[in-house]
Amino acid sequence: MQMPEPNPDILARKAELVARLRKVLPRDSVIEDPVETRAYECDALTAYKCPPLAVLLPASTREVAEALAICHEIGVPVVPRGAGTSLAGGALPTADSVILGVARMTEVLETDYDNRFIRVQTGRTNLSVTGAVEEEGFFYAPDPSSQLACAIAGNIAMNSGGAHCLKYGVTTNNLMGVTMVLMDGTVVELGGAHLDAAGYDLLGLVCGSEGQLGVVTEATLRILRKPEGARPVLIGFDSSEVAGACVSDIIKAGVLPVAIEFMDRPCIRATEDFAHAGYPDCEALLIVEVEGSDPEIDEQLGLIEAIARRHDPVELRQSRSEEESAAIWKGRKSAFGAMGQIGDYMCLDGTIPVSALPHVLGRIGEMSREFGLDVANVFHAGDGNMHPLILFDANKPGDLETCETFGAEILKLCVEVGGCLTGEHGVGIEKRDLMAHQYGADDLSAQMDVKDVFDPKWLLNPAKVFPLDVSGARRAA
Amino acid sequence: MTPETEAELATIIKKAEGPLRIEGGGTRPIGGASNGARLSTSSMAGIELYEPGALTLVVRAGTPVSEIEAALEAEGQRLAFEPMDHRGLLDTDGTPTIGGVVAANVSGPRRVQAGACRDFLLGVRFVDGQGRIVRNGGRVMKNVTGYDMVKLMAGSYGTLGVLTEVALKVLPRPRATGVLLCEGLDDATAIQVLCRALGSPYEVSGAAHLQRGLDGAPVTMIRLEGFADSVAYRAGEMQKLLADSGTFTLETDPDRTAADWRYIRDVEPFHGRAGAVWRLSVKPTDAPGIVAALPGAEAVYDWGGGLVWLLMPEGTGGTEIRETVAQRGGHATRVRGAGTDAFPPLAAPVAALQAGLRQRFDPRGILNPGLMAEA
Repeated sequence: MQMPEPNPDILARKAELVARLRKVLPRDSVIEDPVETRAYECDALTAYKCPPLAVLLPASTREVAEALAICHEIGVPVVPRGAGTSLAGGALPTADSVILGVARMTEVLETDYDNRFIRVQTGRTNLSVTGAVEEEGFFYAPDPSSQLACAIAGNIAMNSGGAHCLKYGVTTNNLMGVTMVLMDGTVVELGGAHLDAAGYDLLGLVCGSEGQLGVVTEATLRILRKPEGARPVLIGFDSSEVAGACVSDIIKAGVLPVAIEFMDRPCIRATEDFAHAGYPDCEALLIVEVEGSDPEIDEQLGLIEAIARRHDPVELRQSRSEEESAAIWKGRKSAFGAMGQIGDYMCLDGTIPVSALPHVLGRIGEMSREFGLDVANVFHAGDGNMHPLILFDANKPGDLETCETFGAEILKLCVEVGGCLTGEHGVGIEKRDLMAHQYGADDLSAQMDVKDVFDPKWLLNPAKVFPLDVSGARRAA
Repeated sequence: MTPETEAELATIIKKAEGPLRIEGGGTRPIGGASNGARLSTSSMAGIELYEPGALTLVVRAGTPVSEIEAALEAEGQRLAFEPMDHRGLLDTDGTPTIGGVVAANVSGPRRVQAGACRDFLLGVRFVDGQGRIVRNGGRVMKNVTGYDMVKLMAGSYGTLGVLTEVALKVLPRPRATGVLLCEGLDDATAIQVLCRALGSPYEVSGAAHLQRGLDGAPVTMIRLEGFADSVAYRAGEMQKLLADSGTFTLETDPDRTAADWRYIRDVEPFHGRAGAVWRLSVKPTDAPGIVAALPGAEAVYDWGGGLVWLLMPEGTGGTEIRETVAQRGGHATRVRGAGTDAFPPLAAPVAALQAGLRQRFDPRGILNPGLMAEA
């Protein structure tokens, strides 16, 4: 992965930078010791590492603004960091950059059940947002699988999704407002406790901008009342084509499940060996979950069952209790852990039109044989967001590179059939060099125009999202 | 000018020597028409792709909304954000287009549950003020590839570019609709009731309050949609939940429930009546206080109070309304009535960002000049 050469002038000014930052931040909020900064050398994309110049852990919007103003003046690149769980390298530092982490900003600022929102500092974890409101029967809907650890700041940066977004939408659909600090230290408020901000939808633009437009320090999030209940049905099929057709029929029938999860045979086998969830040994397995009161759930599951029966399932198991629901979800929830037991894996995140599912799965199988690497598929079938897991051996020379090439081919295939490179993980550095496969020159230049307006010096989260050759002239300007 | 292709449109914009007034069906002249040469998207029309099983629709911007609704209806689907038809309120005729809906981010009563137009917009193609043809987003439900300019384009009133094609997520039409109606509640009580309804687990898809219903008395309305048994069950639970505030009767006749919500969606109480019409987006519990602070205002509350339509005596200054809203948070747009300040003013740093974007995408300032607040 190519990264820009560190700026020697910035490296030489480290002492001055640290001294100035210490004037506005408490002593323990500025980390410069090379042993301690190593802890921030990567995020969850661990194949790439680079310790930053320093790490800042401010405690308030004011401290963030003062720190950014100093970095802006000196010309130091800043890499915003939530909890460091990005799978795309979204928080990977450069050697001449400062990490600005929001980990100490975890307060709940306001909770309003009448108007159904919560305002938090963005270092708070996704799950603890729900934790703050669940006693009153409410929850925060986006549920990325890293939700125990990941921060709202990162969720906003990547516009995170989750298993339940088929019904509830992703982060951008549940974000009502932000307090954001621009690179020069200016604080802006976008949106709030009302719906649909005045002026351009800058809130929508900022969400998913991968920390390149500003540092979001506070967020107003929509909270929802928990449904009365939820139960899944597990359906096994002899072919993934048939499973795909079943998904399409369920959607067309007017049922709106909260989740439709899909696993293929390699994934089913791996999870069975690991979690013993009692899944059938078949080509494709769907877990479809619906919500409501008990009779409402029965009605919806009955309808789904009737649709599924028309596709000759090899197994159909409707949950009747919490225990049965937990058993059905057990394998799916341990899928990533199970794959990790087998070996190293790379998790992809392309989205495809649901109608292209059988074709894409078929092509992935063929490519798997060509590249000599196994693939297991587990994904959110309702919205076409795929997570192929490519297995490789990190200790075998060349295997990672083969895996990356294979992964890139799968993502190109996603684009080819009308989909996209990333559905919920973000571009980061991982998919940066593939951007030109999805977008033409004018499409990318329009996006970079936005970057120019918010961060004219291109200091925020450098070397991400846009291919370096495409952004070179603007970065140098 | 009515280009038939995107390329033709790009040439027109590149060669334009003065301001352009961009128009879909011309039914939503919010903020007043700018004085440029008329540029209509109405000849770039037609459905490009519709996959009911994938809930996706790709259409050219000039496609009439009615054509889209008919195509969706045939498959038992719909545009869930329930776009308003402005013709009655603004006394316009013409054919509303999907490009106009997106450009103004037009969303109806279901916005409170399902989301706004921008939440259903999956992708856009547009020609910006430099004549660049730009594509952003796509046709899939989940897409975080690059910056989300799809949202930026929704509600930008053609000031950044002229939309040529939009991709939308559609949803199944529910089998049944039930509307709970209660007469006689005052504004404050009604909004409290709607907050409780929206905070319940019964999936409210519409929550409105009229100060004057058809027979003159105030009416509070709660909509439930889904399978028939489920609607009946939730209506029963809701009646129990709200029993201490008033008696809610259930209406399930499909024609009548549809008419009830069209009445709210299109703000029918204000059709054909004199006065300026304002649209306020506020925190729901602030809404009754704001209305009470404005003498002479008549209100229709939608989105559980989060959206307030105000009919104001002609000549009421915008300043008074905006100051009242600003004290509590939110914004106000004048949708009908004279004046140059239809769009809400923005805080300085936000206005600077907006002006910066406009400068980038329309450096000559030719796209709908005068629309949206300028710095």
